[in-house]
Amino acid sequence: MKNLILLLFIVSSSIGYGSPPSGEEVLTKIDRNFTSKNHISTITMVIKGRRDTRTLKSKSWVEGNDKAFTEYLAPAREEGTKMLKLKDELWTWSPSADRIIKIAGHMLRQSMMGSDISYEDFMEDPELRNVYDSKVTGEEEMNGRSCYVLDLIAKQDNVAYHSRKIWVDKERYLPLKEERFAKSGKLLKSVEIRKVFETKGRWYPKEMVLKDALSSGEGTQIIIDSIDFDVTIPEHIFSKASLRR
Amino acid sequence: MLELKLAYRNLVSAGLRTWLNVVVLSITYVLIIWHQGFFSGILRQSEHDMIKDEVGGGQYWYKSYDPYDPISLDESHGIISPKLQSMINKNEATPILIRQASIYPNGRAQSILLKGIDPSQKILSIPSGKLKTDGEALPILVGRRMAINNSLKIGDFLTIRLRDSKDAFDAVEGQIVEIMNTRVSTIDNGQLWIPLKKMQEIVEMNGEATLVVLGQNVTGLSDSPDWKFREQKLLLKDIIDVIKSKRIASVILYIILLFLAMLAIFDTQVLSVFRRRKEIGTLIALGMTRLRVVRLFTFEGAMNGVLAALVGAVYGIPILVLTAINGIPMPDVVDSLGFALSGNLYPLYSAGLVIGTIIIVMITVTIVSYLPSSKIANLKPTEALKGKIG
Repeated sequence: MKNLILLLFIVSSSIGYGSPPSGEEVLTKIDRNFTSKNHISTITMVIKGRRDTRTLKSKSWVEGNDKAFTEYLAPAREEGTKMLKLKDELWTWSPSADRIIKIAGHMLRQSMMGSDISYEDFMEDPELRNVYDSKVTGEEEMNGRSCYVLDLIAKQDNVAYHSRKIWVDKERYLPLKEERFAKSGKLLKSVEIRKVFETKGRWYPKEMVLKDALSSGEGTQIIIDSIDFDVTIPEHIFSKASLRR
Repeated sequence: MLELKLAYRNLVSAGLRTWLNVVVLSITYVLIIWHQGFFSGILRQSEHDMIKDEVGGGQYWYKSYDPYDPISLDESHGIISPKLQSMINKNEATPILIRQASIYPNGRAQSILLKGIDPSQKILSIPSGKLKTDGEALPILVGRRMAINNSLKIGDFLTIRLRDSKDAFDAVEGQIVEIMNTRVSTIDNGQLWIPLKKMQEIVEMNGEATLVVLGQNVTGLSDSPDWKFREQKLLLKDIIDVIKSKRIASVILYIILLFLAMLAIFDTQVLSVFRRRKEIGTLIALGMTRLRVVRLFTFEGAMNGVLAALVGAVYGIPILVLTAINGIPMPDVVDSLGFALSGNLYPLYSAGLVIGTIIIVMITVTIVSYLPSSKIANLKPTEALKGKIG
C-alpha cells in the first residue's frame, strides 16, 4: 500500500512537472518582468526607412501604467522634444514649435517619430493579463531557447489588437517574439526580442525589433541602453509644465 | 453733331497714332472680357460638378461631423433618422459613412479617408455601380488623382487598416474595380470608396452614416436633432469664395492694362492739345465756344474707345466664341488649387459682362480724354493763335 501511494505521488508529481502552466500564469510572470512601480530608462531607437536610417536617443521616466514622460536627446533635430502620457491622454512639445500639442483622434494612429511604433502602441496597457484571455497552445524553440507558444484573445471589444501570438521563454518568462493581429486575423505588427538581460531579478529585453507587418520597411530597432527600476521620480516630472522646461 | 463729325475726321486723319491707341485699348477689352469669362466659367463648372458629384441638393450631417476636424471624425457617425431613412428608401437621398484608415501602396503607409456609399445610389454621379461585384475581395473605387499619386490601377489589391466602432484594429483586403474620372478633387484625393453595407459590417456601425446627401430639388427636414441640414449654398460657399477672391485679385491685371491704355490716350490728348493750339485758337476765333472745343477733343479721345470696341470685336469675338465652344485645356497642376477644373474649362461670357466692360472702359477713356482738353477752357484765342497755351 505504501509503495502504491509512493508510486501515485511520483506519477502525479511528474505529470504536474511536465504539464505546461496555464496562459494566465505565464502572463502573470511576463507582467512581473515588464511592470514595475517605476523606472527610468535610456533607449536608442534605430528607424530603418526605405531610403535612410535614423537613430534617436531618448530618456523616459515611467510611473506605473498611467504616467510616462519621455525626452528626446538626439539627434539635434529632435533634441528637446518631449512627450507626456497621463492615463489615456498624450501631449507632445517640441522646441521649434514651442507649443504643447495634444495627440488625439487620428493623430494617435500616426507613427511616433517616423518609427514603426504608433502613439497608440505607446498608450497601450502593458499588463497583458488585464486585457487578454490566454491559452498555451504549444512549445517551440526560438533563438535557441525553449518557449511556450501562447494565443491571446482580447477580453473586450475595445482592445486595439484583437489577438496576439507570443513565444515566451520557458525559463525566463520573457516573450521572445510576438505577433499582433487584426480582427480579421491579418498580421499587423510583429515584435522580435533579440537580446535580453537580467537586472534585479527580472529579465528584460535589451534589443528588439518592432515591425509594421503591412509596410515594407525593415522595422524599428529598440535598444535599452540603461534601465533603473524602483527609483525615486519627482512628481513634477509628470506635469504639463515639465514639457516646457 | 459737328463736334462728332470733326472728332471722327481728326481721329482717322491722325493715322498710326490713333490705330496704336485703338489696338492697345482693344486688347484691354478682349483680355478683360476673356479673363472675367474665364472666372465665370470656373465658377459655373465648379458649382455644377460639385453639385453633381459631391454636394447634391444639400446634405444632412451628423451633429459632430466637421470635415475640417480630423480629430472628431471617428466620433462623427450615428443611426440614420427615420425621416432620412424614408427619403433614402424613396431614392431621394443617399447616406455616406466616413472613417479614417490606412493603406499601404508600395509598402508605404498612407492615411486615407474611407467612404462607404450605396452602390445602387443615383443621387451623385460617381460610378458607385461599379462597386456591385460578386468577387471575394472588397471592391474599391478610387479617383484618378488618387490612382496617379499612388500608382494604383484597376485590379490592384490594397490592404486597408482601420478601427471599428469600438476602436479595435481590423485589416481587410480590397481590390480596385474602377478609377473614376471626376473633376472634383475633394472626393478623390486621399480617399477610397467601398460599398456602404460592407463598410458598416466591418466597422460594426449597421444603419449608421456620417452624412446623407439629398437629391436635387429634394426638401425635407430631419426629425432628429442629431442630424443638421447643410444647404447647397453653404456647401458651395468655400469654393465660391475662393473663386471670388481670385477674381478680385485679377482686377489688378485689368487696372494695369487699363492704365497702359489710358496712358497712351492721355499722352495723345496732351500732344494733340499742344500741337493743335493754332487750330483751337482758330475754332474759338470763328465763334466756337470753349466748351464745344473741349467737347470736340473729348469726343476725339473717347472715340478711341468706340473704335477699340469695334476692332476688338473683329478679332475678339471669334477667339471668345471658339474658347467658349471648345473650352480651354487645363493642365493637371490646377487640380492642386482645389477647383473642379481638370479637363477643359469652358469660359462663360454674358451680355452683362461685355456691356459692363465696354461701359467701364468708355467712362475711363472719356475721363482721361477730358482732363488734358479741359485746359482749353482757360485759353485765350489770341494767345492760341500765336501758338501759346495755358
